[in-house]
Amino acid sequence: MINASAAVWAEGAPTLQEVMPAEGVFSLIWLLIALPLLGATVLLLGGRRTNTWGPYLAVLTVSASAILGILMVVGLMDRGAEERSIGQSLFTWVFAGQFEANMAFQLDQLSMVFVLLITVVGALIHVYSLGYMQHDPNRRKFFGYLNLFVAAMLLLVLANNYLLLYVGWEGVGLASYLLIGFWQHKPSAAAAAKKAFIINRVGDVGLSIAIMVIFVTFGSVTFDDVFGQASEVNEGTLTAIGLLLLLAAAGKSAQFPLQAWLLDAMEGPTPVSALIHAATMVTAGVYLIARSNAIYDRAVWAATAVVVVGLITIFMGAIIGSAKDDIKKSLAGSTMSQIGYMVMAAGLGPIGYVFAIFHLLTHGVFKAGLFLGAGSVMHGMNDNVNMRRYGALRAAMVVTFITFMAGYLAIIGIPPFSGFWSKDEIIHAAFERSPIIGSLAILAAGITGFYMTRMVAMTFFGKARWEDDAHPHESPKVMTIPLIILALGSTFLGMALLFWGNIETWLEPVVGFSTSTSPLSTEAVIAISLTFVIIGSIIGWISYARREVPIVAPRGSLLTRAARADLYGDAVNEGLIVRPSFWLSRLLIWFDGRVVDGLVNGSAALVGGASGRMRRYQSGFARSYALSMVGGTVLVLLALVLVRLS
Amino acid sequence: MNSASTSVPALVGRFASETPFELPVIDYRLILPILIILGAGVVSVLIEAFAPRRARRPLQLVLVFVSLIAAFIAVIDLAKTQALTAAGSIAVDGPALVMQGTLLILSLLGAMLMAERTLDPSGDAFAPRASALPGSEDEKQFAARGYLQTEVWSLFLFAVGGMLLFTVANDLLIMFVALEVMSLPLYLLAGLARRRRLLSQEAAMKYFILGAFSSAFFLYGAALIYGYAGSIDLPAIADALSAKPSESSLMLIGLGMLLVGLLFKIGAVPFHQWTPDVYQGAPTPVTGFMAATVKIAAFVALFRVLYVGFGGVRWDWEPMLWIVAILTMLVGSIIAVTQTDIKRMLAYSSIAQAGFILVGVVAASPEGLAGAMFYLVTYGFTTIGAFAVIMLVRDGNGEATHLSSWAGLAKRSPLVATLFAIFMLSLAGIPLTGGFIGKFSVFTAGIAAGDTSLVLVAVVASIIAAFFYVRVIVLMFFSEPNDQTAVVVIPSVFTTVALAAAATITVVLGVVPQPLLELVAHADVFVR
Repeated sequence: MINASAAVWAEGAPTLQEVMPAEGVFSLIWLLIALPLLGATVLLLGGRRTNTWGPYLAVLTVSASAILGILMVVGLMDRGAEERSIGQSLFTWVFAGQFEANMAFQLDQLSMVFVLLITVVGALIHVYSLGYMQHDPNRRKFFGYLNLFVAAMLLLVLANNYLLLYVGWEGVGLASYLLIGFWQHKPSAAAAAKKAFIINRVGDVGLSIAIMVIFVTFGSVTFDDVFGQASEVNEGTLTAIGLLLLLAAAGKSAQFPLQAWLLDAMEGPTPVSALIHAATMVTAGVYLIARSNAIYDRAVWAATAVVVVGLITIFMGAIIGSAKDDIKKSLAGSTMSQIGYMVMAAGLGPIGYVFAIFHLLTHGVFKAGLFLGAGSVMHGMNDNVNMRRYGALRAAMVVTFITFMAGYLAIIGIPPFSGFWSKDEIIHAAFERSPIIGSLAILAAGITGFYMTRMVAMTFFGKARWEDDAHPHESPKVMTIPLIILALGSTFLGMALLFWGNIETWLEPVVGFSTSTSPLSTEAVIAISLTFVIIGSIIGWISYARREVPIVAPRGSLLTRAARADLYGDAVNEGLIVRPSFWLSRLLIWFDGRVVDGLVNGSAALVGGASGRMRRYQSGFARSYALSMVGGTVLVLLALVLVRLS
Repeated sequence: MNSASTSVPALVGRFASETPFELPVIDYRLILPILIILGAGVVSVLIEAFAPRRARRPLQLVLVFVSLIAAFIAVIDLAKTQALTAAGSIAVDGPALVMQGTLLILSLLGAMLMAERTLDPSGDAFAPRASALPGSEDEKQFAARGYLQTEVWSLFLFAVGGMLLFTVANDLLIMFVALEVMSLPLYLLAGLARRRRLLSQEAAMKYFILGAFSSAFFLYGAALIYGYAGSIDLPAIADALSAKPSESSLMLIGLGMLLVGLLFKIGAVPFHQWTPDVYQGAPTPVTGFMAATVKIAAFVALFRVLYVGFGGVRWDWEPMLWIVAILTMLVGSIIAVTQTDIKRMLAYSSIAQAGFILVGVVAASPEGLAGAMFYLVTYGFTTIGAFAVIMLVRDGNGEATHLSSWAGLAKRSPLVATLFAIFMLSLAGIPLTGGFIGKFSVFTAGIAAGDTSLVLVAVVASIIAAFFYVRVIVLMFFSEPNDQTAVVVIPSVFTTVALAAAATITVVLGVVPQPLLELVAHADVFVR
């Protein structure tokens, strides 16, 4: 079965595109990154001087990048399909022996869609933050970090080699860390930032080892060199690289088993959760897998592992999302689950990459909208995140409610909203691969219907369960306008990309595309999955809108309790990783204390003693210095003569 | 006696007819940088003589900065030149030009530090009147009237001119003259500190006596070499070495004495003992300037003597320098460990650094020369930056150089502490600073030349040295400030610019070393 599918995969695999020189508007590729980087530099190094105008500068740089990105996509559409891969090399960055890595960018169809997602959604979220962070004393720093994030994320998707990608990868990790812990005065935020950083480290080690293996195998880290030679390398090596890249992707995209950090990351300000932990950074893993399609297409076991990881995470995320009372954590569970869909789709091979990216784009928009909507709700509810204290908010926040509903209909996959088109395509592709995978994907879609309906019911419907001092009100325009734009995206983006943008043919030259006979017709898949979604939604509606929602959470079933505890992700980490590392470090401390310190302290004492003794010869008398020079001269002459004699 | 009967005019005539005296042809373009600086020195003396007191400082400053920049442009103009002039006694070549350029930029930074006068409430770093006795009533009056000793600028320019000449001197006599032109003004400058004048004058005196002592060695060595080779031209000495390899005792003793003179200037053990006293006593801007530049000039001269003149007998001098390098690295790093005064600590550190650079000399290869040049550039900028920071850290009695005053400094001024930390990390050779690349290239050259054991000692010495560099960082960042902790005084634009430039260059050389590495790799050949 594996071999058979491998044969099918080779069919859909793309051939390398010819790289075009960067001309016209494309000579400004570097500027996409440079603008937000400049903003970050000015804001972070400029200090308090930039307090007043800094945030606006940050909005301006990202908006300029977004406009530049739109100009580029227009330029790219003007070109023929075979001329859409553009390379720009700035300078040789690392050159050591055979190793060479350039500061070079590659703008092709895949990076282009990411650039648009990052800059456009990024710009909207920057604008939204002007309102959301208005009263924060450190908002200059906040905007500096956001700009830094945008620059790093653009570097990640525009790099033309793995090493430069790694720089962006670490850069977004750093920005994520700084922003999760932005309210560092809260111990929980500081701890969440550290947790995200450390868990990401595990994934990053995978990426760094993958890059080393790639260099040893291919003698280069440039994408074109690697993918061009992928067919000549044995499957074992490719599988190893694929699994290491999967580890990296799992860390950054919060996939099983490195998922635990994402829920805690909601400690950061809500715009951060929307931009970094929903729309863009967490999808970097999907980008990495899709970009490395030439490797996964030839390493079927690695691709299968990708599917399995994706499937597990779909369910973990959905179950966690169903049980959380914290609106942001519930959304975070949903993000895990939706990224699980993308990862699974990417693991399906050429039948899936396109739809993984398609879903990534629609999800980026509607999930950003949902998060910003949640932020708007919190803004009106004194930053309370507990949905059990919401209820009946639809009248108090009309714009937020309507835009949230657009996101809601998109994520559960109701036609014609965005999410329907992309999720449906993924489920369809999953059926093509295997009925089991397809059925599981449909079941998860039903659970999505349940938890999202639960969220909407608890927040906007039912009875008001507000705290006494809560006076819900609509947010200012600077926040609602981005919400409206994102809601329009949640509604129309799916259709636009599919029918007008021809996303399959657009992406095909980069990631490949193939269809094969499916056991189920498209109509049947749509019908079954819609049925499941509606059943899930009805259950959610009955349980949370029709019945009274208790303010104190009931004890709940075994599964609910497990889900509230993040499905014991922390306990698993504790048992499997923290404890053993703890014992290992104990052992190392013992070794360090007894053996290493003994040696070090011994030699330090030796040096210190010698130093004290030698100092005595520095008497301060010019006469003894002169004597020592004479002695030195004799030594020099003796050395010269003795060498000659010997 | 035959000659007694000959009349004097006849003697002269005969001598002239046998070796007709040809006026050496001098290509003035090649020595233009030196002429600009020495010419400016002369103008500077005239300013002192004729300009009104108030106008002297601004005039001198303009003169110094303009002449340094003009000389730098003249050096750039000579890029890639490989030529001899003045009958072969001046050699303008890659190493000389790269190092002249570096010297001029460092001098520019040094001049900025010397021009600083906002740090001390009573004036700049120099005594208001050098002639007044320390602590005397006169001195107080001069200080109260706000006098400034603007002669320092004439001295400064002559010292720079001597250094530039030192790097191109291709015969031993020119080299000696350059050595003295460089050193004499420095002896004086070292004794002109405004605060702690007795310490400063003692340092100057010691520096002068020992410097004169070492110059005597150099001169005597040159005489012996003339006796051996019949010439003081370095290429001619090289020819003599290959012509008569056997009669060499005169040559060996002469070489040894020459090297004593040069090793003294770079502060190699056992000719190093002046260094801590002078570094501590001299006014800090002068210490920074001198520590950075003298070492560079002297190392170029050392390279030229050994590579051009005595390359043929490298088997003789290598083992000796091997021993000196090991002694220098170990003694410098070990004694620095127990220093409690930051200027003395940096003095011993500079001794250790000289040892590391000697590893490149011992390698006796173009890579060794290129590595040492890179090292000298990073060392120069880092050192001048470190001393600039020392100028800023003050208490009621001027600069607070005792290490205990630096405890918790990062809490008082995170920026200045960070800058100093960058300089310390670079001196310790931590990656992402220029110091790391410098050590790496010198040590690589050492291993390539087969001196693995020497490099091993160098690595051990680096580890010891890292201790005292990092200790200062720990002290600044991880101790709480106490009542002894000094304050950081905000400097004028001069020091700010110099400090920013030094820090930037230190970091840039660590992050993108490639351009400079290529430059020194293309400039690693001396002209013969």
